[in-house]
Amino acid sequence: MKLIIATIKPFKLEEVREALTEAGVRGMMVTEIKGFGSQSGHTEIYRGAEYAVNFVPKVKLEIVVSSGMADLVVETISKTAKTGKIGDGKIFVLDVEQAVRVRTGETNEDAI
Amino acid sequence: MKLMKTIAPVAALMALPSLGLAQESVPGTDASTDSIFIFNTLLFLIGGFLVMWMAAGFAMLEAGLVRSKNVTMQLTKNIALFAIAGVMYYLIGYNLMYPLGNWSIGSDETGGYLGAFGAAILEAVGVTREAADDYGYASTGSDFYFQLMFCATTASIVSGTLAERIKLWPFLVFTVVLTGLIYPIQASWKWGGGFLDSQLGFLDFAGSTVVHSVGGWAALAGALILGPRLGKYKDGMVHPILGSNLPLATLGTFILWMGWFGFNGASQLAMGTVGDAADVSRIFANTNTAAAGGAIAALILTQLLYKKVDLTMVLNGALAGLVSITAEPLTPSLGAATLIGAVGGVLVVFAVPFLDKLKIDDVVGAIPVHLFAGIWGTLAVLLTNSDATFTGQLYSILIVGVFVFVVSGLVWLVLKAVMGIRVSEEEEVNGLDKAELGMEAYPEFAKG
Repeated sequence: MKLIIATIKPFKLEEVREALTEAGVRGMMVTEIKGFGSQSGHTEIYRGAEYAVNFVPKVKLEIVVSSGMADLVVETISKTAKTGKIGDGKIFVLDVEQAVRVRTGETNEDAI
Repeated sequence: MKLMKTIAPVAALMALPSLGLAQESVPGTDASTDSIFIFNTLLFLIGGFLVMWMAAGFAMLEAGLVRSKNVTMQLTKNIALFAIAGVMYYLIGYNLMYPLGNWSIGSDETGGYLGAFGAAILEAVGVTREAADDYGYASTGSDFYFQLMFCATTASIVSGTLAERIKLWPFLVFTVVLTGLIYPIQASWKWGGGFLDSQLGFLDFAGSTVVHSVGGWAALAGALILGPRLGKYKDGMVHPILGSNLPLATLGTFILWMGWFGFNGASQLAMGTVGDAADVSRIFANTNTAAAGGAIAALILTQLLYKKVDLTMVLNGALAGLVSITAEPLTPSLGAATLIGAVGGVLVVFAVPFLDKLKIDDVVGAIPVHLFAGIWGTLAVLLTNSDATFTGQLYSILIVGVFVFVVSGLVWLVLKAVMGIRVSEEEEVNGLDKAELGMEAYPEFAKG
């Protein structure tokens, strides 16, 4: 099993969710976050004075899938979340040791 | 009736034609004079509660432009200062401002400088024509109530500038002095028939100088002595501190805009004749268009200067338009009123960063709006009212400015020495809500 963590632009969330559901993903965790990467923030003006917005709002997706599906998920996210402009986000893939479905006690691939 | 005495010749001239036509029997005691008394009184009462509502506008504007950790304190200051103004104006302010010729220093003829001391007294319950203080004009209660609201407005201006770092009690002590002494004394010089009125021919219809710049000068003196908020000016840079609730700030601005119809409209001080009623309506229309001019000017200018519209500046722009038209809302045409307001809006957009350059931290922009636009509005009287003189306007601006700035500065310095006016660094970082009140405005929200 793999855990895929993706940060994307908030306005892309709905599009990415639809594409992932179509690709067969049956669950995901979504969090509103702030952060910075190579975009490293930008400046705004308030009452005539410039200030730096160091942390940019993003949406973080966490998805656990079987190892065989991971590549498809990564590809789907990078295709749908892409605008080609700076700040599109990043995707990380990690190994998952164990999974349990609380209601039934099913484990690992049966649980996801 | 206090005001009647000072504007008696003008009022009599305006009332005469209609009186002459309306009645032949007992001059001055008939249905027509009754209706003048009733309509004038009604104007004061309606105008008064509109101006009272401006206190809500200031409270919302300030609550929206401070950080959420200081909102409860800002609201507390706003309701406390309004209540203090009410009591101080009753105890000493009213008679200091309207001495009816009983000047403690000076006289009506040679120029009055310090009014009478004593609490305000109302007419008897169910007062008759004969027993009324000024049957030909309006009831004393309505005049007292109306004028009191202007005094409270002046105090509201100060709280916004000094927000987020001044201690509650020294601020309230200053409010006592401002509403009991500083405001009424300088207001008597113009509206009480004092020396600015009788000697300099100063014109200030509803108080661009008498109310707004006075609040602005007191705020400026306080801001200089109190110093900026922590972190606002660091390493030669300005670090903006964003307001917590722009819907509230916008609501506050709309409330102020509405209240201003009472502020300017009822400052016609009479509605018992066709001419007066029509003039009140002129003032309403001019007041509205000046606010519109100010808002549009700030809207366009912030887009041009910063490539994005700044809502807080547009709000300030509307208010600056209102302050600008306050010294003369009657004589301008709609076009002139719009332009006078627009200049106020432009002033604000440049004055806000200018104050930041000087490291004067004005949280809500009260100094640009009330002081800068107040001075502009007082000078703008010259554009449309030929009775105004340049020296009369300029000297009055300077005299009132020096008096209020110096006296306020002294009071702030004394308060600083005696009880301290600023919260500790830790309290400021934690927010005044927790430090001084132990309660939060939005206890279930994330910290701001």
